[in-house]
Amino acid sequence: MDIFLQQLINGLVLGSVYALVALGYTMVYGILELINFAHGEITMMGAMVALAVIGALALAAPGLPGVLVLGAGLVVAIPVCMALGLLIERVAYRPLRHAPRLAPLITAIGVSIILQNIAMLIWGKQYIPFPAVLPQGRHEVLGAHITDVQIAILLLTMSIMLMLILVVQKTRLGRAMRATAQSRQVASLMGVDVNRVIASTFVIGSALAAVAGVMVSAYYGLAHYYMGFLLGLKAFSAAVLGGIGNLGGAMLGGLLLGLIESFGAGYIGDLTGGFLGSHYQDVFAFFVLIAVLVFRPSGLLGARVVERA
Amino acid sequence: MTGHTLGWVAVAVAALVAGCGDKPQQNGDQVVLIGQASPLTGPQAHLGKDNENGARLALDEINAAGLTLGGKKVVLELKSEDDAADPKTATTVATKLVDEGVAGVIGHLNSGATIPASKIYSDNGIPQISPSATAVAYTASGFKTAYRVMTNDAQQGTVLGTYAVTQLGAKKIAIIDDRTAYGQGLADEVEKAAKAAGGEVVAREYTSDRSTDFMAILTSIKGKAPDLVFFGGMDPQAAPMIRQMKQLGMQAKFLGGDGAQTPKLIELAGADAEGALASNPGLPLDAMPGGNAFKAKFEAKYGKIQNYSPYAYDAMHVLIDAMKRADSSDPAKYLAELPRTDYQGVTGRIRFDVKGDITGGAVTLYQVKDGKWQTLETVQSGN
Repeated sequence: MDIFLQQLINGLVLGSVYALVALGYTMVYGILELINFAHGEITMMGAMVALAVIGALALAAPGLPGVLVLGAGLVVAIPVCMALGLLIERVAYRPLRHAPRLAPLITAIGVSIILQNIAMLIWGKQYIPFPAVLPQGRHEVLGAHITDVQIAILLLTMSIMLMLILVVQKTRLGRAMRATAQSRQVASLMGVDVNRVIASTFVIGSALAAVAGVMVSAYYGLAHYYMGFLLGLKAFSAAVLGGIGNLGGAMLGGLLLGLIESFGAGYIGDLTGGFLGSHYQDVFAFFVLIAVLVFRPSGLLGARVVERA
Repeated sequence: MTGHTLGWVAVAVAALVAGCGDKPQQNGDQVVLIGQASPLTGPQAHLGKDNENGARLALDEINAAGLTLGGKKVVLELKSEDDAADPKTATTVATKLVDEGVAGVIGHLNSGATIPASKIYSDNGIPQISPSATAVAYTASGFKTAYRVMTNDAQQGTVLGTYAVTQLGAKKIAIIDDRTAYGQGLADEVEKAAKAAGGEVVAREYTSDRSTDFMAILTSIKGKAPDLVFFGGMDPQAAPMIRQMKQLGMQAKFLGGDGAQTPKLIELAGADAEGALASNPGLPLDAMPGGNAFKAKFEAKYGKIQNYSPYAYDAMHVLIDAMKRADSSDPAKYLAELPRTDYQGVTGRIRFDVKGDITGGAVTLYQVKDGKWQTLETVQSGN
């Protein structure tokens, strides 16, 4: 039971990170029907910028409490990523808005490569350690262990997701976003500044990516110029699993993917009598993805087009 | 390019080719060429240059002492080539060395470069001694010309597996590898040796050389309550793995191979690295039989030792030693003497088994104490 509970915690933490990144993919897709492949790299940039700030602070003022230092890292990383998202939208996607759909996909991949290389030039190819500023507290619940960092990740993602839903459902901007998602032309005829709405979508998604990047690097204790690639791919899969374009779907898909990976890696060896090992973890996860898409091609919650944001 | 310049290029090339064929004669002495191949450019250039310097130091000493083969005075000359740590370049370089007529080769540095090059040397009957290639596949091809003076991954794995059970007292062992040729190969050998020593392998899990999340497999391992977790892979995975073991409240010891025995591991894992164990082939320099003397000689001439230069130095001596016993620098003649090598070198006593691997090579175990790798013990591998 304690092992089961531990895997549940592992899966939820991993899944909530996936969900946070998946929201960025799904929001942009909902409005532009564009897959922003540079989103994973924005996550990486968030982690790198925060690490630079945290490292500098840890050196300059060693006595500062860890939460404050982390907060400072976030406060710098979020606006940097927001600006980055805005810039990418303006430079790489807006000029191509009326081009065939393949064109912005190619620029997305191009931007992702550029960002990776910029990060490599600034921070090098090395793995960068996360300074030991965070409380290393660990709690035991029914034989399973949960750390302070894990609790923080769970609480933070849940509250961010709630906030996002409130923004989309209750605010003027949210209404404009939903209208733009349904029809860009009609929305602009109704007086919605479509360009502003699209830019805001990128900014919000990038802010979420920054938070996710900082959380991931704090959780694993390191950052790397390549870290956005795999994380982006997993989050994108999570968005597709839940139904890309649907906010609730991204959250559900992220959590599901995290749980599937965790339980898959943990139990696949025992269930198959050692025939399949934990190296089939990703195979298992993507098998579930394929199975879902065969029966529900638009993802778990993807059918109701009206509600996508 | 105009016809005029093309003509000049042709002349220059012709001159170069002619130059290569010419073996410079010094006072009528016979000149014997010895090849050296390692990455002299790129990120591993410092290691490649280190190997070259080690080989050159030995060669200069032999020349200074005077070498006579078959009644003739012989002067050795080093032909050093850059393989850029790249398998494709390595084959080009190997062909070049063979064409230049080297009598033997010290190299290459990387397993990935050594393995493809070894076929070219074998096809041409040129003996080759690698100072630092550790992949099992290098000597497993059955080439009569392939030798090495460093403990291979299988020998290291055997030592690690045995050590875990007998010295560290681990009865239940969990093994994880990163599915690379290196990680998987090492882990397989550890598993075999641990079982042979009476240990029980309670879990065998896998990850990749890109992963940073091991919580799921570690949780599954934790359920089997091992005394020790062995990881076959490199430091970027080993460090977060060690951290996550602590996060899960695991009491098991962590043991890694040479991929984990790096300063970077301690930097990445921070305080959690404390107590982690890992091995590296060979002895630490200050514990080598001729380590301190070699260090003094080498550093007076070339500066700081990077890593493998003592092995390159020994490899050169072993090669020339075989020539002396055969009384010839003809590869066909002295190759037969290499299996009979018994040489007391800087790095230890060097003898070869039938495959060309060093017998009884040393493996040293290290442990992180007070944020530093401390030498724990050196173990001689059994075969």
